[in-house]
Amino acid sequence: MTTALIQKDHQAADLDVARIREDFPILGRQIHGKPLVYLDNAATTQKPNAVIDRITRYYTHENSNVHRGVHHLSEVATAAYEGARGTVKRFINAGSEKEIVFVRGTTEGINLVASSFGRTNVKAGDEILISAIEHHSNIVPWQMLCQERGATLRIIPVNDAGELLMDQVRAMLNERTRLLAVGHASNALGTINPIREIIELAHANGTTVLIDGAQGVPHLEVDVQDLDCDFYAFSSHKVYGPTGIGVLYGKEALLEAMPPYQGGGDMILSVSFDKTTYNALPYKFEAGTPDIAGVVGLAAALDYVSALGLPSIAAHEHDLLLYATEQLEEIDGLRIIGTARHKASVISFVLEGVHPHDIGTILDQEGIAVRTGHHCAQPVMMRFNVPATGRASFGLYNTRDEVDALVRGLERVIEVFR
Amino acid sequence: MSDLRELYQQVILDHNRNPRNFHELPAATRKVEGYNPLCGDHYTIYLDLDGETIRDVAFVGSGCAISKASASVMSSMVKGKSRDEADALFERFHRLVTGDSSLSADELGKLAAFSGVSEFPARVKCASLAWHTLHTALAGAENVVSTE
Repeated sequence: MTTALIQKDHQAADLDVARIREDFPILGRQIHGKPLVYLDNAATTQKPNAVIDRITRYYTHENSNVHRGVHHLSEVATAAYEGARGTVKRFINAGSEKEIVFVRGTTEGINLVASSFGRTNVKAGDEILISAIEHHSNIVPWQMLCQERGATLRIIPVNDAGELLMDQVRAMLNERTRLLAVGHASNALGTINPIREIIELAHANGTTVLIDGAQGVPHLEVDVQDLDCDFYAFSSHKVYGPTGIGVLYGKEALLEAMPPYQGGGDMILSVSFDKTTYNALPYKFEAGTPDIAGVVGLAAALDYVSALGLPSIAAHEHDLLLYATEQLEEIDGLRIIGTARHKASVISFVLEGVHPHDIGTILDQEGIAVRTGHHCAQPVMMRFNVPATGRASFGLYNTRDEVDALVRGLERVIEVFR
Repeated sequence: MSDLRELYQQVILDHNRNPRNFHELPAATRKVEGYNPLCGDHYTIYLDLDGETIRDVAFVGSGCAISKASASVMSSMVKGKSRDEADALFERFHRLVTGDSSLSADELGKLAAFSGVSEFPARVKCASLAWHTLHTALAGAENVVSTE
């Protein structure tokens, strides 16, 4: 453990954060006359020039529709779009580009699986297993599916630290469990789930596994083959890419057997009024003109992250997490919600006598952006018996100085309220 | 900081700490829930109506300082008033928090504590929740009010 920490500190030093911050033009902004301290990275991350410029270059020099024209620009756009698929494939080490489906985001990826895989494989009496700390996007699609199919949604409980009870995972998996869907990391608490172990247990039970990777990909190295997960969904905008685009990884054999999710152009080989032949993977799941600029922007973001190196990013964020945890715990009346042993750089907290919404407004006046509310995870709030929390979430460009600014901001909150 | 003091005036901080009429009302003739899903503010407002008069009013629930103080101030202002008077206060309150600065101190009374809210667009819904809920209760509907 000590060795690992020393090694991480060493890696943290590798990241030249002062220089990195120059890559993000928005970080130079002032908010209410104060320098922006952006600590809402679990909601969305800011974008580096590499991403902004790539999107501008696409629209300035390359814009055309993909997979259609024989003209030059269409070839350029198609090459950029398919090249990006290759970048994603390498980033998560998928076995084939056929396994990379571009969607609008994690939410659409999960809905695609619920709709296409779910309707084909889940029957009345079956069970779907999720955890008590899922984001609404990994709850509601399964609820809708269960309602439609007459299946049952079962919830893996967590302990008071916000960690999944693994003996419950073992106990709840049974011959009716068709699918298990859990987050790689919790957006509300920061808990990093032991997904490798969960996947092993589920597979031993013959259960298919989807990982909601929205909070995983920005912080952790993901190797979908090594994990052996069946589906893995993530969003571009949480990993420094543009909004409105995301990825669903699915094992080829599973995707091959699944019916299309939406019908339209690009997902067909031939159409007549009698019969339509669907296109091959991954195009079968990409109906309509895709978000081409979003896809090339996402690839630029992944290239940016790869160049810095996820191990270095993770080490830097872990350092911030430890430092911030230490500093926040010093504040009288502050309680951290979510104290798992393995955490992403997310800190949810409540302050005695002050509602999180008021904390958010006062911090905002200091230029500090945090999320306040239920974080699209109302069941988590109920589990921990709080109406809402404040949440500071750190990204690769945050600094210890910004943690100090947060602490000063919280002291200001206490001053206003006491 | 001046904006902040303008928002979190002493009256608001006081009503947040010690909300008035903050209890259930077994004799209530009407009971309506108000909910702001964005921030989770959630209140139940109880009304005891005697014809056109609000004989008693109370509330329970939880939320931010602005929403709780607003519910508290509202309850203390409308108690004993007629429906029409309560509706007139609601209308004044609405004008105040949406930036109408033409109201006199006399017209506003205790509502003046909420004069800073209009500078914080994200908080207008918090301030308005209890009033919208009261409005619904007076209109006779028994449902959940949302300011989303």
